[in-house]
Amino acid sequence: MHPGESVQDRTESRLDRIRGSAPPRRHDARTIAALTRNPGCARRGVLDAAGVDKDLLARQVGFPAAFGQSRFAIVRGNVFEARVKADGCVDLLRMFHECLGSEPGGTEPGGTAAGEPLLVTGDAEPDETLAARHERTVAALRTASGTDRPVLITHPLLRLAVGGQDVHLEPDLVLVRPGGLFHVVEIKSFPVIDGQAEGEKVAAAAIQAAVYVLALRRLLGRPDAVSHDVVLVCPRDFSNAPMATRIDVRRQLLVLDHQLARLSAVDALVAALPPDLTFDLAPGPDGRPTRPAAELAAGLSRLDARYTPDCLSMCELAFRCRHEAAGRTAALGPSVREELGGVETVAEVLELAAGTRAPTADQAEAADRLRTTARMYAAGLAAGPATEHAAGDRGPTP
Amino acid sequence: MTAISSYARALAAASGTAVPTATVRHVHLAARPLILVPLAMAGEANAPLAAMVGTERERPELLVVPQPRNRDLRFAFAARLAEIFLPYVLGFAADIEELTNGPRTVDAPQLIVPNQAGVAFVRLFGRSTRFRTTTGDYAVEPSVPLLGRWLTFFAERAEVPGSSLMPAATEMLSLHWATGQSALEDANLAALMGWIDPPAGADGPAAARLAEDPRHCPPAGPTTDPGFDNEVLAPAIAAYDAVTDPSQLPDAVKRLEEALHSQLQPTWDLVWRALDRLRVLPGGASVPGRWEVDRSRYTGFHTYMIEEGLPQARRDGAVAAARRLNRMERAQASYDAERAFDDPLVMADHRVTGEAFLGSVVAVDRDRRVPNGRGKGRLVTRPLVTLRTEDPVRLALGMKVVATRRRRQECVVTALEPCDAGILVTLEAQNGMGRSAAPAPGSVPEVGESLCYSSVLADGVRSATMPEAEDTPWTHGGPPQPYEPSEQDTAEAWE
Repeated sequence: MHPGESVQDRTESRLDRIRGSAPPRRHDARTIAALTRNPGCARRGVLDAAGVDKDLLARQVGFPAAFGQSRFAIVRGNVFEARVKADGCVDLLRMFHECLGSEPGGTEPGGTAAGEPLLVTGDAEPDETLAARHERTVAALRTASGTDRPVLITHPLLRLAVGGQDVHLEPDLVLVRPGGLFHVVEIKSFPVIDGQAEGEKVAAAAIQAAVYVLALRRLLGRPDAVSHDVVLVCPRDFSNAPMATRIDVRRQLLVLDHQLARLSAVDALVAALPPDLTFDLAPGPDGRPTRPAAELAAGLSRLDARYTPDCLSMCELAFRCRHEAAGRTAALGPSVREELGGVETVAEVLELAAGTRAPTADQAEAADRLRTTARMYAAGLAAGPATEHAAGDRGPTP
Repeated sequence: MTAISSYARALAAASGTAVPTATVRHVHLAARPLILVPLAMAGEANAPLAAMVGTERERPELLVVPQPRNRDLRFAFAARLAEIFLPYVLGFAADIEELTNGPRTVDAPQLIVPNQAGVAFVRLFGRSTRFRTTTGDYAVEPSVPLLGRWLTFFAERAEVPGSSLMPAATEMLSLHWATGQSALEDANLAALMGWIDPPAGADGPAAARLAEDPRHCPPAGPTTDPGFDNEVLAPAIAAYDAVTDPSQLPDAVKRLEEALHSQLQPTWDLVWRALDRLRVLPGGASVPGRWEVDRSRYTGFHTYMIEEGLPQARRDGAVAAARRLNRMERAQASYDAERAFDDPLVMADHRVTGEAFLGSVVAVDRDRRVPNGRGKGRLVTRPLVTLRTEDPVRLALGMKVVATRRRRQECVVTALEPCDAGILVTLEAQNGMGRSAAPAPGSVPEVGESLCYSSVLADGVRSATMPEAEDTPWTHGGPPQPYEPSEQDTAEAWE
């Protein structure tokens, strides 16, 4: 360590080395939201902080992720967003008015007297740098809070520090009410049928919106200026007609705040790694990775993964981690692991159950129960009509 | 997860093949079920894309929506599905047996889908079709709203524990086998069957991994593989859209049909293989009883469709919802109890938790008589039976228990005392001994008998009485509005 180099700088340079020559993959609202699930996974924590392309890495070690998005879903998403924003968002404003109501302070989201909303576009302009676009957003946000008309800012570019790095975020819409209250608006193309939507999708949208709320609060420096009520705009029933729903994201904000604070722990994780550890894929002249899979796999084994079956739906490396977790009770699901007394491996479970392994002090209770379970399982199986055994209880008499 | 099923997963993981968690079959399997494998278009709100449907393994019917974004084609699909579905469903209505409390059909239709997502598809497709009008703007075939109401009926029954009117293949398999993977992965029908019935030369894990690869094995739907969407389906739909000469339409449709057939056929075969595996198991003793309930519900709904036939409400009113919840809880309780009484391997779960125990009778006070507690010095027969067990009993005094082999006799726990290497449980028999003062022969257990008593009984759920729907209090939104068909119902899906 050179004199004058801070812990942050050192971590930063270590993370750069871990990523190697590839450009960093920055967090977005989705990946930040994913951090709140399985936050204890050091492997994901370090790789995400370093901005490693996990999808490419998983491919190179022979466990490609099964994530893909159907063209149809993308088309529908774009068509719906365009429809929502059509006609100067007047319709949208009416819906906001209905779902947000008026505040005690008398500010109307629809701005009754002022009429039409002021539309500000935050979308990228040709040749505009991220920094310039962000500056433009900041200026627009500051001006908006002073007007007496409702203001809608499309695709503002926000910035949030995640694990010591700035991440750029792009909410679909931000609504600024005449009194200066900000609302984050998310446009999603999953349907709300008879007032109900798929719980998992709503949960994902809520946490994503919470990321934007947090970013906006930090940017404005005034937490109370950004409402914890976000607006979710979805198609109604089986149609393409939009409807707005208010969602309170206070709980998600608490979780996020907590997780982002914990992310600084990456410093400690990185410090414990060998200095030459890198996941550089060494792309050849044609851009294809040339780094041997075995080397990368050896590197991965230095990073502890906390695999649960949930990972399969959210992490690119999940198949690799599942492969490593074979034979562990965690791979069977958290509730199964718990039922098996939290014993680490399947082999241990079966040996404890068979009484061929002496339990440790804290396994005693679990071992006792496992022995009982094994005995009951064998007896139950033997007593069933499907087997030739006729001993013991044969179930009900007709 | 229960102790037994978790332990079974560990066994399966170690051995590389699924292990049984049931010794008898707990679902009813119809002699001629209707299998439905639906596919929906990604991103859209329950837009049907294709379906393979039929009652004959060798002759499935393939239905395809060439452009799922076209609402007319969607409802044309619904009409074609109704042509197959309605004759099958209504075909069971004629054969009726008269019971004291009304008629009941002697059999009922059974709709089988591959997985839980298939059940959800049927529910939503029922929702999108049951309100359609057959006249005026946006008219559909008369069979379409009928189809919607029947699909909704099946979807609602599918939520009731123990009902076999619309089971999902994955759920049926998971009820009878444990795999060495997680429940989440078991939702993939092909992977689940890979563990239960691996192809020759492969073990469970290898077969399951192969089954997860969409290039090797298409997903069981209704969501299609994104790779298939982008590489095969999108170009084929684009080609269909691009047709300007009507004579070329059949070719474009044929290309789509072939593509979708390749995605559906493997799942179709898997569902039938799953049924083969399940049919081998002997049926549980209480299965016919639960099927009788399904037959009654089917008969009742058929009568309703003839007499009133209005579509089911979008959402239940407060009273209806509370009643429904209560019915489901009762159904769950009796289903849990019945399965355990039918199957010693399910009972094993209750034995692990101490809610049931297996013991041998060590003492019997057969002719014990006690005052009936209602005065007048009358005596009633209440024999005492003492059993010794080594099971980890967790019962409390006063709890009701019933033996698997003496299901008509309720007993109450009156004493629990530890003895060498076990527990002595004393039970007081309450009934099932005949009318005379001395218990009928064989009606009281005898010394040396081995019995399994369980406290998991069907009558555990009680509910407060509910007000009539028209008396719904304001706290619950007041009396619900009666349903009236409106313009909005029919316009919505065309916007």
